[in-house]
Amino acid sequence: MPDTAPAPGLPRSTDNASLRAFLHGLPGVDEVGARARAAALATRSLKTTAKAHAIDLAIRMVDLTTLEGADTPGKVRALSAKARRPDPDDRAVPQVAAVCVYPDLVPVAVDALRGSPVAVASVATAFPAGRAPLEAKLADTRQAVADGADEIDMVIDRGAFLAGDYRKVHEEIAAVREACARPGGEPAHLKVILETGELATYDNVRRASWLAMLAGADFIKTSTGKVSPAATLPVTLVMLEAVRDFRAATGRQVGVKPAGGIRTTKDALRHLVLVNETTGPDWLDPSWFRLGASSLLNDLLMQRTRLATGTYPGPDHYTLD
Amino acid sequence: MADTTFAYAPAPESRAVVSLRPAYGLFIDGTFTPPTERLITTVNPADEEPLAEVSVADEGDVDRAVAAARRAFEHVWSPMPPAERGKYLFRISRIIQERARELAVLESLDNGKPIKESRDVDIPLAAAHFFYYAGWADKLAHAGFGAAPRPLGVAAQVIPWNFPLLMLAWKIAPALATGNTVVLKPAETTPLTALLFAEICRQAELPPGVVNIVTGAADTGRALIAHPGTDKVAFTGSTEVGREIARTVAGTRKKLTLELGGKGANIVYHDAPLDQAVEGIVNGIFFNQGHVCCAGSRLLVQESIAEEVLHRLKERVSRLRLGDPLDKNTDIGAINSAEQLARIRALAQTGRDEGSQDWAPDCELPARGYWFAPTIFTGVSQAHRIAREEIFGPVLSVLTFRTPDEAVEKANNTPYGLSAGVWTEKGSRMLWTAGRLRAGVVWSNTFNKFDPTSPFGGYRESGYGREGGRHGLEAYLDV
Repeated sequence: MPDTAPAPGLPRSTDNASLRAFLHGLPGVDEVGARARAAALATRSLKTTAKAHAIDLAIRMVDLTTLEGADTPGKVRALSAKARRPDPDDRAVPQVAAVCVYPDLVPVAVDALRGSPVAVASVATAFPAGRAPLEAKLADTRQAVADGADEIDMVIDRGAFLAGDYRKVHEEIAAVREACARPGGEPAHLKVILETGELATYDNVRRASWLAMLAGADFIKTSTGKVSPAATLPVTLVMLEAVRDFRAATGRQVGVKPAGGIRTTKDALRHLVLVNETTGPDWLDPSWFRLGASSLLNDLLMQRTRLATGTYPGPDHYTLD
Repeated sequence: MADTTFAYAPAPESRAVVSLRPAYGLFIDGTFTPPTERLITTVNPADEEPLAEVSVADEGDVDRAVAAARRAFEHVWSPMPPAERGKYLFRISRIIQERARELAVLESLDNGKPIKESRDVDIPLAAAHFFYYAGWADKLAHAGFGAAPRPLGVAAQVIPWNFPLLMLAWKIAPALATGNTVVLKPAETTPLTALLFAEICRQAELPPGVVNIVTGAADTGRALIAHPGTDKVAFTGSTEVGREIARTVAGTRKKLTLELGGKGANIVYHDAPLDQAVEGIVNGIFFNQGHVCCAGSRLLVQESIAEEVLHRLKERVSRLRLGDPLDKNTDIGAINSAEQLARIRALAQTGRDEGSQDWAPDCELPARGYWFAPTIFTGVSQAHRIAREEIFGPVLSVLTFRTPDEAVEKANNTPYGLSAGVWTEKGSRMLWTAGRLRAGVVWSNTFNKFDPTSPFGGYRESGYGREGGRHGLEAYLDV
């Protein structure tokens, strides 16, 4: 973090040469090995009580998301209602972590979620491409924060990252972090979207993770959901290793949010197993791990009912948003 | 607030898929004999409960099995058009796949290995081996051994207890594909999947006598090896027994392949992909409780990263789940027998006596059965017994090195030569090291990877001959 002295072994300065030396000095990721480890953990079997617990935890970790050009205030209100009470028939179902919307719909979400613990997250910084002047990105962020967003999901400049201009990426994240400040209040939490589907290698995923954390990210997030592949198990694994090692090096804990492509309960539980066996249980909490998703919640609810009653209610019993 | 209750509930694979007879006879000439008078009991090493009794074949039984194999060789199997032989092997492969769950559960019951390994490694690889050699049956003219390479005749095969069905497949598939017939003796502590395989041979309507399975202990093995009526001896097991077999076979017309012990070095350079290297170290020594001849039982780590690697390794090993082999979430199962457990304990004790420091995670061992916690020895020197002798258990000896030359020197400083692993992101260093290691198999940024297309075997005191791949055909051809 820029305002504290770097821990030993971290880059002394944020110029390109220092960042490059540091990021390229991180241990490499063997692609075959990372895939094999993720695939091996995907065979873990969660049954009965473990499954029930994991489903509720997954529901509490959901960032219920709608990021379409066609989004309307009505849709955001419906999504917010669902976030507060995921299953109208069952009060025991926990609330989700946050609702995630475009910046212009933040006021609608804030209004709809007033008085509930569900947070409002807003994408910002010219999501999803991030192709806008820095001033526009900062204005985008400030407006969302001023409108009451609790969390900002920014995108990094992938072009600058892939071109090796690490300083530019670092400066932008740091600037957006400053724009998250709220006069007289808690700053908005900053999630940094790496768009791993465009980073090409796991080595790059690891470097981008460290770069974002060094620049002050509270969370690192896989994807916008607009690029395929989005969140895959090996990518989440590499990012979990990064936050684990970053805490060991600096003492600061950073969260992880896989987003995009997580549609089924099985997908979600596999991610939780990955967390449990990579970083350990310190991250098994909505404060440190989120699942960015839209259709996932209904499947979690359906499996929850299935586990409790032994029968599938069928998809028509759950609200479509 | 961290979640402290995320625990995996028991997820046991059902035993119901396996039906065991109380006692088994020998499989000779296509039928099961009545159980012999002398029987041995095979137990579940996870709880010491008896599973079944199996026969002990004496010299007369072995003689009958060899005679049946000879008849089948001369009258049925070797005259058969090769494409027809291939069909039988394809059929066996498919039946193994169809009955995979049954075979996996039975393997874990009898051997103690975790179900995830028998389900995801042993049984699929066994089927793959039969598929692979089925394909060779009618293409032997293109294998590089002449236009019409001839089979040897009857093969005597003795296999170990660590991968019972997989070792059976490694032995039987190439032998049958090349036109030989076999008499196979499974290990005395793990005979059950071989006996189920006998049923599979019947189900595949394999002609009687092509595959014969005789159970028993060392005496049965000796009788089979010494029998004058066989043309080929194939053995996988300890170097000690391998020596005895080589002496027995010496001076006869029999062709011999031996796949013996090892003390594999896993070399981790400072520029290794660390997270995957840690996985590879764990997989190298704790896969199958370390009951692996090609295990990476010696970790050679460059001193500049030794501390970090050990730290990460201990974290990782602390997450291994030891317990019920049938639980789908178990990583480390039971030690196969009381005898093997005693041997592991004795060798681990020499490590402590000779001044190495041992570390094991805080894990509770089940009260019944044969168990040994995954153990890491540091401060090990080349002179220590735990750095020289094959422990064949979940015990890792950690040594450090400074230069690549020193790594290669230490890795080669063993009478064995079966396997080694090298971890570095630098291609030139990888090739330099691999070219200097005296080991039959060198894995690059991975460990314990097996494939039927890849030849496997050692040299020096790890044995000779190759199994798997095109090379594996040679051991069963008159070339």
